[in-house]
Amino acid sequence: MKQYKTSKQLALVIDLNVCVGCHACVTNCKEWNTSGSAGALSDDNPYDKDPTGTFFNRVQTYEIGEYPKTETIHFPKSCLHCEEPPCVPVCPTGASYKREEDGIVLVDYDKCIGCRYCSWACPYGAREIDEHQKVMKKCTLCVDRIYDTDLPEEERKPACVLACPTSARLFGDVHDPDSEVSEAIREQGGYQLMPEWGSKPSNHYLPRRKQKVKHSPEELERVDNPLKKEDYQAEDSAGPSLDDVTSW
Amino acid sequence: MQPAFSVIFLTTLIGMGQGVFLAIYTEHVYSVLNVVQQSNNSQFYVIGSVVALGLLVLGLFASFFHLGHPERAWRAATMWRTSWLSREVIVLPIVMFFVFVYAVLHFFEFNIVLITFGSIDVNLSLVIGAVATLTVFALYICTAMIYASLKFLQEWHCVLTVLNYTLLGSASGFTATALLSFYTQADKFNFYLGWSLVLLVLAFISRIASLYRNRRLRPISTVQTAIGIRHNQIKQKSMGFMGGAVNTRDFFHGKTRLFIRSIKQIFIWLLFIVPLCIMTLTFYSPSYEMIGLAMISMYLGLLAERWYFFADANHPQNIYYQVIS
Amino acid sequence: MSQSNATKEDHIEVKNTTCYMCACRCGIRVTLKNNEVRYIQGNPDHPLNNGVICAKGSSGIMKQYSPGRLTQPLRRKQGAERGDNDFEVISWEEAFEFLENKLKELRKTDPKKFALFTGRDQMQALTGLFAKQFGTPNYAAHGGFCSVNMAAGMIYTIGGSFWEFGGPDLERSKLFVMFGTAEDHHSNPLKIELAKFKRKGGRFISINPVRTGYSAVADQWVPIRPGTDGALILAIIHEIIQQGLYDRDFLIQYTNSAELVNIDEADDEQGLFIRAKSKDLDADSCIDPQNKLWWDRHENSAVETHLQSADPYLLGEFTLGAEVTTREGKQQCSKAGTKVKPAFQLLVERVKEYTPKWAATITGIDEETIKQLAHEMGITARDQKIELPIPWTDTWGNEHESVTGNPVSFHAMRGLAAHSNGFHSIRSLAILMTLLGTIDRPGGFRHKAPFPRPIPPCAKTPKGPEGVKPDTPLAGMALGWPADPDDLFVDNDGEPVRLDKAFSWEYPLSVHGLMHNAITNAWRGDPYPIDTLMIFMANMAWNSSMNTVSVRDMLKDKDEHGNYKIPNIVVCDAFQSEMVAFADLVLPDTSYLERHDVMSMLDRPISEYDGPVDSVRIPILPPLGNSKPFQEVLIELGSRLKLPAFVNDKGDRKYRDYPDFVINYETEAGSGIGFLAGWRGKAGEKFMKGEPNPNQWEMYEKNNCVYQYHLPKSYQYMRNFNKGYLQWSRKHRLTRFAEPITIHVYSEVLQKFKLAAMGKRQGKQPPEHLRERVKTFFDPLPLYYVPLESQLTDTQKYPLNAVTQRPMAMYHSWDSQNAWLRQIHAHNYLYVNPKTANASGISDDDWIWIESMHGKVRCQCRYSEAVEPGTVWTWNAIGKGSGAWGLSPKANESQRGFLLNHIISEELPPNHEHKHLSNSDPVTGQAAWYDVRVKIYKADDQHNQKTWPQFKTHKQIPGTVKDKPKWFAFFAGLDKFKGGQS
Ligand SMILES: Nc1nc2c(c(=O)[nH]1)N[C@H]1C(S)=C(S)[C@@H](COP(=O)(O)OP(=O)(O)OC[C@H]3O[C@@H](n4cnc5c(=O)[nH]c(N)nc54)[C@H](O)[C@@H]3O)O[C@H]1N2
Ligand SMILES: Nc1nc2c(c(=O)[nH]1)N[C@H]1C(S)=C(S)[C@@H](COP(=O)(O)OP(=O)(O)OC[C@H]3O[C@@H](n4cnc5c(=O)[nH]c(N)nc54)[C@H](O)[C@@H]3O)O[C@H]1N2
Ligand code: SF4
Ligand code: SF4
Ligand code: SF4
Ligand code: SF4
Ligand code: SF4
Ligand SMILES: [Mo]
Repeated sequence: MKQYKTSKQLALVIDLNVCVGCHACVTNCKEWNTSGSAGALSDDNPYDKDPTGTFFNRVQTYEIGEYPKTETIHFPKSCLHCEEPPCVPVCPTGASYKREEDGIVLVDYDKCIGCRYCSWACPYGAREIDEHQKVMKKCTLCVDRIYDTDLPEEERKPACVLACPTSARLFGDVHDPDSEVSEAIREQGGYQLMPEWGSKPSNHYLPRRKQKVKHSPEELERVDNPLKKEDYQAEDSAGPSLDDVTSW
Repeated sequence: MQPAFSVIFLTTLIGMGQGVFLAIYTEHVYSVLNVVQQSNNSQFYVIGSVVALGLLVLGLFASFFHLGHPERAWRAATMWRTSWLSREVIVLPIVMFFVFVYAVLHFFEFNIVLITFGSIDVNLSLVIGAVATLTVFALYICTAMIYASLKFLQEWHCVLTVLNYTLLGSASGFTATALLSFYTQADKFNFYLGWSLVLLVLAFISRIASLYRNRRLRPISTVQTAIGIRHNQIKQKSMGFMGGAVNTRDFFHGKTRLFIRSIKQIFIWLLFIVPLCIMTLTFYSPSYEMIGLAMISMYLGLLAERWYFFADANHPQNIYYQVIS
Repeated sequence: MSQSNATKEDHIEVKNTTCYMCACRCGIRVTLKNNEVRYIQGNPDHPLNNGVICAKGSSGIMKQYSPGRLTQPLRRKQGAERGDNDFEVISWEEAFEFLENKLKELRKTDPKKFALFTGRDQMQALTGLFAKQFGTPNYAAHGGFCSVNMAAGMIYTIGGSFWEFGGPDLERSKLFVMFGTAEDHHSNPLKIELAKFKRKGGRFISINPVRTGYSAVADQWVPIRPGTDGALILAIIHEIIQQGLYDRDFLIQYTNSAELVNIDEADDEQGLFIRAKSKDLDADSCIDPQNKLWWDRHENSAVETHLQSADPYLLGEFTLGAEVTTREGKQQCSKAGTKVKPAFQLLVERVKEYTPKWAATITGIDEETIKQLAHEMGITARDQKIELPIPWTDTWGNEHESVTGNPVSFHAMRGLAAHSNGFHSIRSLAILMTLLGTIDRPGGFRHKAPFPRPIPPCAKTPKGPEGVKPDTPLAGMALGWPADPDDLFVDNDGEPVRLDKAFSWEYPLSVHGLMHNAITNAWRGDPYPIDTLMIFMANMAWNSSMNTVSVRDMLKDKDEHGNYKIPNIVVCDAFQSEMVAFADLVLPDTSYLERHDVMSMLDRPISEYDGPVDSVRIPILPPLGNSKPFQEVLIELGSRLKLPAFVNDKGDRKYRDYPDFVINYETEAGSGIGFLAGWRGKAGEKFMKGEPNPNQWEMYEKNNCVYQYHLPKSYQYMRNFNKGYLQWSRKHRLTRFAEPITIHVYSEVLQKFKLAAMGKRQGKQPPEHLRERVKTFFDPLPLYYVPLESQLTDTQKYPLNAVTQRPMAMYHSWDSQNAWLRQIHAHNYLYVNPKTANASGISDDDWIWIESMHGKVRCQCRYSEAVEPGTVWTWNAIGKGSGAWGLSPKANESQRGFLLNHIISEELPPNHEHKHLSNSDPVTGQAAWYDVRVKIYKADDQHNQKTWPQFKTHKQIPGTVKDKPKWFAFFAGLDKFKGGQS
């Protein structure tokens, strides 16, 4: 398979430790992209049975373990911008491509014939055909935001990243060892999905990290225990005492 | 996967078309080599080629229904370096071209002899036929590799896929040719029928082998690798949307296990057992109806086989789309 | 990419306003392309959300262009029945004429007959003012069915509350414990803070029967049986006291823990604090006089609290001597010989029986875990003290060099509130927070202006029927804060004056009203029938009613003459909700992007911990069709009815429109207090108080629609007792007094009600049948009791608790019309622990019945390991009536979605106390949504893929979009629905 060498590889790093599954990234992505250069993203049956539409980003939920040791994981997933994207070489038209300058995997809607083959070739289910424009779409890493010099510097980030209230979505260059994302991957055990296929997703996930405490029994015994101040004995001062019954 | 009828028709029709060509060309070679009785078969070669072409065109036509933008289909020829689909798109017209030339040569009986080896005249049509044959095989490979090259579709990612496409296409093509030859080339009928039987038996073996293989496959991707969490009890609770999406429409057949199993039985009977029986009988008492019946059974079986081929493949993306709520 | 960005000809504008896809009120920036909304993003310069946004906020576009929008005033057609959705379009003038005539007549005769109830209303300042001016006591917003327990339980204890009035200081906290919260109002800020908290290594514990959302990221999930948190918290208090893990200094200085309580059973003042001298305070004053006593260990006698030299006991029993030491010297003690105990001693005695072992059997949480929780809270609070170098002065004049804090914080919401024992559970929580010394201190709980307020706050309702007079404004607030039984709003027989029976002996501290009983009471004519019911922004034919099926019948029920029992129903909504079907008159409201709005200091502003903040909405689009902001409707009506606040002396209209009103209205002539606190004064140089500023709106607009004031650092903490802050607050008229707000570990207010019930108190007396009830539940100390409904249910037969949760991506019933959000939650399941389901032979995905003693609902089961086995739950308000909200009758919401409300009753089963007691907390009237007990069983016909009950399909009504697109692809600035028509 073709080796894609890009000096820069932009990507998202999703911190499962803080994602609360709010779907902000889902609809903000939809909103940005539908009237942006990836749009319009169509919706079918919008007010009818089984509403469905093109979204670039979904948040799923998994339950791990058995009650009461259950973990609930909220799991956002969009195109992972693979370093060896299996979806690209299979595309017969070249509509699917990986940008050399930043590693973003994109679809050229003008070339796409809508054969869906690339979506078969993506193990992650990250591509969605637009049922009305009949071209393949997917997360663009907001390529139409991140280089837009009309936007203030700090807003040149993907829409989902700006939207996310828990900042569970980090954005940056995973090839730059000093970037925030690389550091997070390195230090917090960032991992890739389905590593078995060699697609080398650029997007990484940071695992849950748990804070645990254990107090030793000694910590309950303290000289400054306020109970010691409540030594009021007035009630017990009546009646006989040792003074009354001993004679030495 | 959700079987797409456009693709089912495409692959079965062009496979058969290729097979028809292979059948007539095999006979051509045999007769040149004097293995079979020589006769002036030009007319039949023309008919065969035209039928082959017809099937290829039909297949191509069906494929357009799969495309969102058929008007841009030409673009699909650009990425032959990496894409088997692109290669298929390139090879298919080449096959058609050579089959066409082959037909034209026979039609005009334009039989310039190029070289002679002993008693054997190698004429132009023989050479063009050889080239066409090569392209036909290339096309089988391209078509099959579209599926076999997707390594995470484990059910497809196997040489058996290529073998099956080739054998099934050839077998159906030979049978179709046998049918064609019943009146026009009665003397060659048994030739085609014999080959059909041989190919069908081989295809049967190879297809059963792949069924056997696929049954024993263990998915390499699991929910654990899909979300990167190690625990033996992980259940999806929500896929993130409720009314379905491309992910649920294109990658799930949505049919019951029973239905799938029936389709398997159906294709095994219709594609292999029934035609094999009929064709064996036909050997002894050739009849147009019998071979016709075998052909019909076979094609229906082929459709079922192809449907099953797609439905059988379990895409790893499905791990992400298990449960709504 | 083919669709290129904006071309030259496109007209692009960016405007700031405030989101109203929920009550969180984030700042948003709206990009318009050719006058259509293209993009809504969080405003990075907004103090509340710092640029982030949520799923709902991001889907505002689809609210704006929803086909379910109402665009025309409608009148029920002659001869058509309520519920039929047979409407005709009328003009606004016709609507106003009708309302003017009707309301004029009611106001002239009996203003009570007009009732105004509002749902998730963010302008109670205006709706409340209108009701008061009209003169009706029958006004309330959602609080009563929402979280009044949270407000009352905490405000009556610490003078502030979670909900919109305060929260956890996660920036400095080390341990954060969250009870019963799925999403809450402070959606985005809480998420921002929670993530930061976790990232810096804070430990997060969630106590909740269900693990979703926030609980998902908790370091420890403590599943609890619903309705039992009171037991857990009291056991934690028990353990904390047992281990001496409380903050003694804090309790002494800032709470009434050390104050001496009269324990003489023979005394009529039993259970009240002993007071040194009775300062003559005016009767209406709402301050808590600082004249109580401590038992000083040095003098071994009673001394006035906060004497410099004193070192009081928290424990013990004492007998008052002849004298007490006060600041002015020794004084005769009027209660000499009386036995007293510090309040803390009484608390210790109260929680004695509440052992962790006891709580384990009730809550389902094992004893070890309860102790672990207590130890962790106590040790973290004690050993990880925070000290900030911020000097401050307390109200007793002591100077402090620093602000200190104990970094344990809490948050709680409806999981505690929506139970009939919620008031006491929440009071227990407030006491636990107090024991840990975490009130308005760094790392703990922090107030938001205008809180803290006196305990209880000053506002009062009229005290009897005489407060309601024709053609006269109400003699008090419609909602207030009773300080003792005499503050109740009852007649001479102790019967309620309000329709919802708020502030009556049934629910004395129902400070937010009981909206959930308004329709039932009006229908029954108990306490009296009404004439006109006006509902604003509440879907009372659906998700804000309990017992929805019956309530819908009541709305259309007729008397023997064939007249509706509730003669007139006026509904102001923005969408074709289920409620609209029952209206006689429909007033179409605008969307939030089309109107002026004020998040006022007079209501629930968006204040931050470090000072008051208020905000506004500014219209960025013209109103759709003939829709009109309800604010304008009220201003217009107020002017036509000549309500004093809306007209000048000559009776002429005073305000052109709502923006004009906001600028110029003052609470009293010349008070300088108005709806907005920022940029007051002629040139905008003042804040909080100041003359009207004609350019106020522009100034808000220029400032991200927000006015934020940062208090000086030394005023930011310990505000209950912070001299500087209290004086600042008085000066700027946030409060009337600058007295300290001592924390009520022991509640004298509650004791006064108890004394009345015991017949030990002059003044208002409860009716006999309620004496026992008041005596039981008005306890000065926190207590645990089994939720009322469970007490009256056969729990063998109905073994499970059923609760709902807020989905983060949906707001109540608002969002089913939203094409994007409904793709996330199109219908709902009942989540059941597999063990529980298996026991009833139910498989994942099966159709099941969920049945309570009030009714049953057919729905689909979904297994979940993240729910306590005794609990089943579902997302709230996803199910809809077929055809409502502009959806097709076949939409998933109505066919596969369901509403749990059908099996929750608004009234308790008849019992000895009363035939028609509300299913509410007996202290506050909080609707006990989460008390319902149920059983589940498999439905017979698994092939029937439909929920039950089903209702008559809502017809499409005039003004809403008739031909809804079969598909569309929204693209701002082009033809917006480039889709096929159905
Ligand atoms: N089972 C169960 N029931 C519950 C709860 C629960 O937890 N479980 N929670 C309860 C709680 S806490 C609450 S607060 C209530 C909320 O209940 P409600 O206040 O009744 O319900 P909402 O769905 O918020 O919407 C009320 C109406 O406001 C309309 N609306 C939306 N935007 C606008 C606008 O801009 N202008 C106008 N005029 N109308 C608008 C909507 O169309 C809707 O009809 O639900 C309660 N019901
Ligand atoms: N996205 C979104 N945000 C909203 C709303 C919305 O509809 N959607 N509604 C707004 C309104 S009006 C309100 S009132 C707030 C309410 O905000 P929340 O208080 O978060 O409301 P609920 O979703 O009712 O959450 C109650 C939580 O308590 C748990 N619970 C139930 N019973 C018990 C119990 O006995 N003990 C404990 N410990 N937990 C229990 C439930 O499992 C659930 O997690 O949210 C506001 N914010
Ligand atoms: S995630 Fe899928 S679509 Fe995205 S680059 Fe990888 S293979 Fe391609
Ligand atoms: S759908 Fe479009 S992008 Fe995908 S393989 Fe086909 S032509 Fe390429
Ligand atoms: S990067 Fe942009 S396109 Fe991709 S998921 Fe985020 S918002 Fe959507
Ligand atoms: S916006 Fe952030 S917290 Fe919300 S679902 Fe997406 S990643 Fe998770
Ligand atoms: S939390 Fe509420 S106010 Fe804030 S963006 Fe979301 S919907 Fe709007
Ligand atoms: Mo609420």
